[in-house]
Amino acid sequence: MTAVPQQAQVVVIGAGIVGNSVVYHLARLGWRNIVQIDKGPLPNPGGSTGHASNFIFPVDHSREITDLTLDSVRQYKDLGVFTECGGFEVARTEARMEELRRRIASALAWGIPAELVTPEQVVEKVPFLDPSVILGAFWSPTVGVVDSLRAGTLMRERAQELDALTVLANAEVTDMTVEDGRIRSVRTTKGDISTDCVVIACGVWSPKLARMAGVHIPLTPAVHQMISVGPLPQLAGTTGEISYPIVRDMDTFCYERQHGSDMEVGSYAHRPILMEPEEIPSIDQARLSPTELPFTDEDFDPQLEQALELMPELLGSADAEIRYAINGLLSLTPDGAPILGESPEVKGVWSAAAVWIKEGPGVGRLLAEWMTHGHSEIDASHSDIARFYPHQRTREHVRARTSEGFNKTYGIVHPSEQWTSDRDVRLAPMHAGEVELGAVFFETAGWERPHWYASNEPLLGEYGDAVMSRQNEWDARWWSPIINAEHLAMRERAGYVDLSAFTIFDVAGKGALDAVQHIAVGQMNVAPGRVVYTPILDERGGFRADLTIMRLAEDRFRVVTGGAHGNVDRKWFIDHLPTEGSAHVADLTSAYTTIGLWGPRARDILGSLTDADISHMGFPFSTCREVELGSLSVLASRISYVGELGWELYVPIEQGARLWELVREAGRPHGAVPVGIGVYGTTGRLEKGYRAYGAELDSERTIVEAGMMRPKVKDADFVGREAYLKQRDNAPETVLCTMTVDDHTSADGSKRYMLGGEPVLSADGAPLTDGHGHHPYVTSAGSAPSLGKHLLMAYLPPEEASVGNKLSVEYFGERYPVTVASCDATSVFDPANERIRS
Amino acid sequence: MTNVLVCIKRVPDVSGEVLLTEDGMSVDARHVGFTVSPHEECAVELATQVADATGGSATVLTLGPSDGVEQLRSALAVGCSSGVLVEADTDRFGPADVAAAIADVVRAREAAGDSVDLVLLGNDAADTGDFQVPVRLAYALDRPVLTNISSCEVDADRVIARGDGPDGTEIFEVPLPAVVAVLEGGVTPRYPSITGRMKAKKAPIDIQTPTVEPRGSGRVRLRVPPPRSGTVEVLGQGADAAPAVVDLLVKIGVVSA
Repeated sequence: MTAVPQQAQVVVIGAGIVGNSVVYHLARLGWRNIVQIDKGPLPNPGGSTGHASNFIFPVDHSREITDLTLDSVRQYKDLGVFTECGGFEVARTEARMEELRRRIASALAWGIPAELVTPEQVVEKVPFLDPSVILGAFWSPTVGVVDSLRAGTLMRERAQELDALTVLANAEVTDMTVEDGRIRSVRTTKGDISTDCVVIACGVWSPKLARMAGVHIPLTPAVHQMISVGPLPQLAGTTGEISYPIVRDMDTFCYERQHGSDMEVGSYAHRPILMEPEEIPSIDQARLSPTELPFTDEDFDPQLEQALELMPELLGSADAEIRYAINGLLSLTPDGAPILGESPEVKGVWSAAAVWIKEGPGVGRLLAEWMTHGHSEIDASHSDIARFYPHQRTREHVRARTSEGFNKTYGIVHPSEQWTSDRDVRLAPMHAGEVELGAVFFETAGWERPHWYASNEPLLGEYGDAVMSRQNEWDARWWSPIINAEHLAMRERAGYVDLSAFTIFDVAGKGALDAVQHIAVGQMNVAPGRVVYTPILDERGGFRADLTIMRLAEDRFRVVTGGAHGNVDRKWFIDHLPTEGSAHVADLTSAYTTIGLWGPRARDILGSLTDADISHMGFPFSTCREVELGSLSVLASRISYVGELGWELYVPIEQGARLWELVREAGRPHGAVPVGIGVYGTTGRLEKGYRAYGAELDSERTIVEAGMMRPKVKDADFVGREAYLKQRDNAPETVLCTMTVDDHTSADGSKRYMLGGEPVLSADGAPLTDGHGHHPYVTSAGSAPSLGKHLLMAYLPPEEASVGNKLSVEYFGERYPVTVASCDATSVFDPANERIRS
Repeated sequence: MTNVLVCIKRVPDVSGEVLLTEDGMSVDARHVGFTVSPHEECAVELATQVADATGGSATVLTLGPSDGVEQLRSALAVGCSSGVLVEADTDRFGPADVAAAIADVVRAREAAGDSVDLVLLGNDAADTGDFQVPVRLAYALDRPVLTNISSCEVDADRVIARGDGPDGTEIFEVPLPAVVAVLEGGVTPRYPSITGRMKAKKAPIDIQTPTVEPRGSGRVRLRVPPPRSGTVEVLGQGADAAPAVVDLLVKIGVVSA
């Protein structure tokens, strides 16, 4: 029996595809004394890997997930466990055909072969499918199946060959010790191991293990039903792992996967069946394995009928028996993305959870790189465990969102689609007033943010065709021309914006200046009262954030960043504080609310509320100070994300409603209107060429590529400085550009408006490739009402990045001509920034 | 044309560690779900075969909670054509009560003109293991009964049944109507087909309330026996382990030195 080491450099809990991949990549990157623990036997300890269908469809609308999948496929191929079989996603409805056209666009954007085919073409490869049931299909020739258990064994063996790994099977972790916010040891049924690093790669059990360390991994075990039917005479002659393409019957949320002479039918159509990790049976209690639960026939019966419709002769055979049927457990998360990275709650506790077979090896590599270098080749910003705010870690939130999300697995999900469950959690102090104004709320990190206001509907008459109405239902879904009307009113008069969703934290203390200098690219050694917009980089010079920092005092800096990514940013700052404790981070998100007031009349409006000198010279751009507005003491910061004269106004949250009313009343005579995030986040921003984190900016992008290079680099050292200096010395591999759409007319004569994610091609439709080997895709899209144009942002190959260059963009199977309007940070609207500095 | 009534019981599908409910009165099926005993699966298969061979019918019956419909549907998916649910609180029904309730169903069907020529049951239920219902049912109906039967077929008005006896296979021949208790092993129960499963969804199920006043089984409580102790000793790996294996085989007397 393997002796339990008393000490480990890292303890990896879990021997499914993720844990095995993590130990292999850690060993490859030089980690030694790795201890891997699983409570089950090897090679199949009884988790979700053991009953996975093991097929991989590479195309996803998410770049991050697709990159992880492609990396995983490469690794599976290296291990010799990948069998290519091709796959069809078949459509029974016209709406699904449209979705498949959108999928083709994503395939083009990520450079993955795919084509739309007719029902007859499907039958050529899948002769037992009834072509009369479908309208067409998405053919993905590089779909394949893997042996994930074999892959795991090989990866463990490779780590063992490096003499880096001790594997403890049949050992259960029963407790973890945390001291001073750091993991210290792991208790197992075979002994204690002291360590300062633990990876939880326990799939559906991850929340239970995390709780032992006081950490939240907000996922839920959920049932995915599948059956295996056979023997099927039509499949009798097949040999090997798989001989027919896999069929995803998208409209019924089912798939059919041939396996020997059997056909496996799996479903994401049934009611959400959720469990708590503590309710999962032990290995001894389980009938098959802990994650293969008793099948509930009645939930699957509708899918049987649908599967029979698609493959009537094959599955209708009286000899074809349902030989295996399970309610298999898999992991669901509130937003559908994996949960990766170091927990924000306890140092040294890492999560590698909610990962499908198709991403397993890629996630292993990503996490190992992250643990080793502090960053990974593939950006993980949408999967970072730190993205969850406390309310998003609760069981109730996880239950609500996963219940809603389960049936979206094969669903047609609009890029702006809003959740309906567990809303109204974080409400701005002026929320009631916004409701009265008919605000249409979108959610960010639990905050309810007005996206536009029904009260502004009269503006539609005022601006007429300038609001650029959209005819197509998809283009206009989760959108309103009122957004563009609000935009025009703001540019013409003024608008005020609820920015309560900002994440706000102070870096304070004797060492505060050194701390922010070390973290930020921008020069932070500025006079108190200065506001600095700055990128935040990792060591390799990739974006970790972009945000503003106000120097409020010699020893106090206030950081303001977007709510969506704010929790991750806060963790980044905390992790990079001086170790000797001379600076600390204090979260003030719930202490302050923010109202933005912008537009040519902003100074008149603010001036009617205060005696303070707010003239251009008296209150210059990029500065902040306390001003009295009526009886409120307000921190005003003269900056803008929409390219207008104006201020962000910060007050204690309980005074937010009062400030909202003050601004509203003062704005009325000037024709100011409430303006939603549709303007703030899209139209105002795009006209000004402002980049958004998560869209244009992530850790795979550099300041140089994003066109955000300043003339000088500060002398003080900061994270990523060395890499950044190198980047500045070299020509960029890719260049962020803004493009205008020249003609929106589709084949049927209707006008179409891109929403983001579309591939950018040459004018005649040829694919483009940048110096990274990536193909350009639209990172942000939206109206520019002041220009009467629709704008797109994309990273283009440097040779294509010239103003006036003609290209095209593919949208729902058609190409539209576009022209490069800007190939650096110069904005297409008010390029000289005269408005901001007026 | 033999009309068969096959009786099944919904029981927890335990395989490894057995959990009891908090009151200790029954087995907790939360992790394992429900099934019928392997004996009953074979009885269902035999019922289907007899009905097919004689052009008769196979009706499946269960006595228990309304959830028992799940087990009826499973039997309907593999060849039975109709179901009877005698809805009752299983805990209050002892074997004598169950036999009496089934006898009532048989009598009522015969009174209505539907003959019940052959009643098939499992030798014993997987959970309670009473070994009583078939014999009591036969007594109540005044019919011959065979137990420990692995296979059977009907020849005109007789049933020919086989079972393993101490000296080999025993073959019985009894006149119909009769009661036969089945022991697993003689036939291979089939899995449902998709079409079978869909037919089962639409098959009629007659829901009845028992007419008998139950006397119960006298169960006090259930107790899980202490786990059998055992340790695994790995003797080695590959060819190097061979001498140790030989030593062990000698030690336990399987081979002589």
